[in-house]
Amino acid sequence: MAEITLKGLAHSYEKTPKGAADYAIRQMDHVWHQGGAYALLGPSGCGKSTLLNIISGLLEPSEGDVLFDGQRVNELPPEERNIAQVFQFPVIYDTMTVFDNLAFPLRNMNTPEYRVKPKVLEVADILELTSLLDRKAKNLTADEKQKVSMGRGLVRDDVTAILFDEPLTVIDPQLKWKLRRKLKEIHERFNITMIYVTHDQLEASTFADKIAVMYEGQVVQFGTPRELFERPAHTFVGYFIGSPGMNFMAVEYRDDQVMFGTQPLPVSEQMKHAVANASSANAIANDISYNNIKLGIRPEFIAIASNPTADSVPIQVTSVQDLGTYSLLTFKLNEQTFKARLPEGHPPVGEAAFAHFDAAHVALYIDEYLVEAGHE
Amino acid sequence: MSLHLQNIDHIVNGVPHISGIDLALEPGSFNVLLGRTLAGKTTLMRLMAGLEPPTRGKIIIDGKDVTNVSVRKRNVSMVYQQFINYPSLTVYDNIASPLKLAKHPKSAIDKRVGEIAEMLHIEHLLNRYPQELSGGQQQRTAMGRALIKDADLILFDEPLVNLDYKLREELRDELRDLFQARNCIAVYATTEPNEALALGGNTAVLHEGKLLQYGPTEQVYREPNGRFSAEMFSEPPINIVPGRLTDTEITFDQSLHFPCDDKLKRLEPGDYDFGVRASHLTLQPQRADDLALDVHVDVAEISGSETFLHVHHERFPLVLHLSGIHQFSVNEPLKVYFPTHQLYAFDKQGHTVHIPARQGGAAHG
Repeated sequence: MAEITLKGLAHSYEKTPKGAADYAIRQMDHVWHQGGAYALLGPSGCGKSTLLNIISGLLEPSEGDVLFDGQRVNELPPEERNIAQVFQFPVIYDTMTVFDNLAFPLRNMNTPEYRVKPKVLEVADILELTSLLDRKAKNLTADEKQKVSMGRGLVRDDVTAILFDEPLTVIDPQLKWKLRRKLKEIHERFNITMIYVTHDQLEASTFADKIAVMYEGQVVQFGTPRELFERPAHTFVGYFIGSPGMNFMAVEYRDDQVMFGTQPLPVSEQMKHAVANASSANAIANDISYNNIKLGIRPEFIAIASNPTADSVPIQVTSVQDLGTYSLLTFKLNEQTFKARLPEGHPPVGEAAFAHFDAAHVALYIDEYLVEAGHE
Repeated sequence: MSLHLQNIDHIVNGVPHISGIDLALEPGSFNVLLGRTLAGKTTLMRLMAGLEPPTRGKIIIDGKDVTNVSVRKRNVSMVYQQFINYPSLTVYDNIASPLKLAKHPKSAIDKRVGEIAEMLHIEHLLNRYPQELSGGQQQRTAMGRALIKDADLILFDEPLVNLDYKLREELRDELRDLFQARNCIAVYATTEPNEALALGGNTAVLHEGKLLQYGPTEQVYREPNGRFSAEMFSEPPINIVPGRLTDTEITFDQSLHFPCDDKLKRLEPGDYDFGVRASHLTLQPQRADDLALDVHVDVAEISGSETFLHVHHERFPLVLHLSGIHQFSVNEPLKVYFPTHQLYAFDKQGHTVHIPARQGGAAHG
């Protein structure tokens, strides 16, 4: 059982890193609380594997500390950290029975046999492996093998955390949800800190109560699945979460209006003030040579109509795709492409239409970070 | 060109891989082969390409029998799951290779490579080598090579499966646009129903080596000709609940009775499998005739912006497709609402006997 703290942590594979670009992990502080179900989500190359290896002890960080329950463990090898890992491909002994596979970590620690058996039976029961205990592991299906891999982490009472690295990659698509259910059940029952590393939003949001989204070596948001969807803290989160992701507009404050190119945008008074402030703040801090102010809106929160209203903008519809459960509408506004999501049964839309941005879900980003979000 | 597969059987070591497939593809059409792993998608594409001849049946191109004409003599391009490029050639030379082989003049090659690279957004990478590229860029290069020659037939065998979902979204959009401007036949294999819907065109649903249904993608989705077709072409899969229809009501599980929709009354009384789409089940009642069901949560699968909620009723499991993020605990009790006016009905042979009316109008620009 442990709380895992990353303190001033950074890592570079270079001997003498020169700038931010030389860091796989840029300086960060982070706490994984005891018993939490977490995910570490990001595209390939974002630094999530580096971070995982630092937590498990395969890699020593070049800067900062890793603390388990307040104790510095930077130099501790993996086997002394009491961390169990489940990898993409099941790691089990093919020639052993399921029982012996599950018993292996216990026997390895010289646990007396009378204590091995009840523990193995308990874990087998939870994982629904009881009927397979006498089978040789090599005859199991991929999902059964992966359950045995998990079970080997669960039999040990001394395990402080379980790290999962894309554990469902080899599982048949039709069976994945069953294993996802199993993982959640295990988490609720065992109260072990679990960290699930993946590049897939579905894997992360299904498993985790809180997700750390990594981008270019930094955690850009640490939040619940709902927060990532409704209030992305960074433009990357807006883009990466949701299919399709958030629409962004580079805006400026001009003539008492929020302008997207030549198009004035109808936004709430509050948002207008926020954009005005950001613009003047940028003007004062002249040493910043760029002017990076964006509004973001998710496709789910754009309403499309054939007639104008007081707070809609004229758009040019370029396509409507029927995706079964909903339609995806692509439109142009100020020469830029946008996506909007229309519910099933939405009335037909012509080429010239009007878009309304739900003020509660328009968010302001300065230098890619969230500054002001709409209010319900 | 047109491509017609006539009564194709393909048997390997006594095991049928393709059984009795008859399929005619129109000139300029975009066609999705949808089916689970081992449904016969790859085999069918190999036969279309001429990589091997079928055990039985004919392959007709533009009215000519080409069943035994080898792949070298057919004008075909293929893109595979794995990103296949020449490692020692630059992106430019990789894309240009089919034209160089055909001895096109350099100026013409330059122009074509430029156009294709621009279309695929890799024009800034032409001097790089494949190993210096990301997975998405490597697959774009492989696609560029397939697209540069004016092939009559382009085959894509799950080309996006090894890419992350953001890249998949982007490349899928590009592919759609790309083929709108071309006159060749494109065939695209996938295991994912949502990918078929996103690509549009026509869809052929394959299952265990047989063609279940072929037609415009949206039509196949909305009007599946049978239970299997409906199940293969929905993600999460359409819910199927066995029940009994009498003159006035439907009974599920011998204990749940509800009055049946007028349109279902024209069916013969008897046992049917009733299908309801995951997106048509709700957490709040939508209509007076919705059936309230007491269920327990199995798991809520959350996909960034939507939730697939797996639950089980006393006797049957259900999946709900909800918009937005909804979190539930395992085994949490819950009430869900079952739309009794939106049922598909399949007879015990698996044929579709009733299709619910579409809600609202179609949204088309």
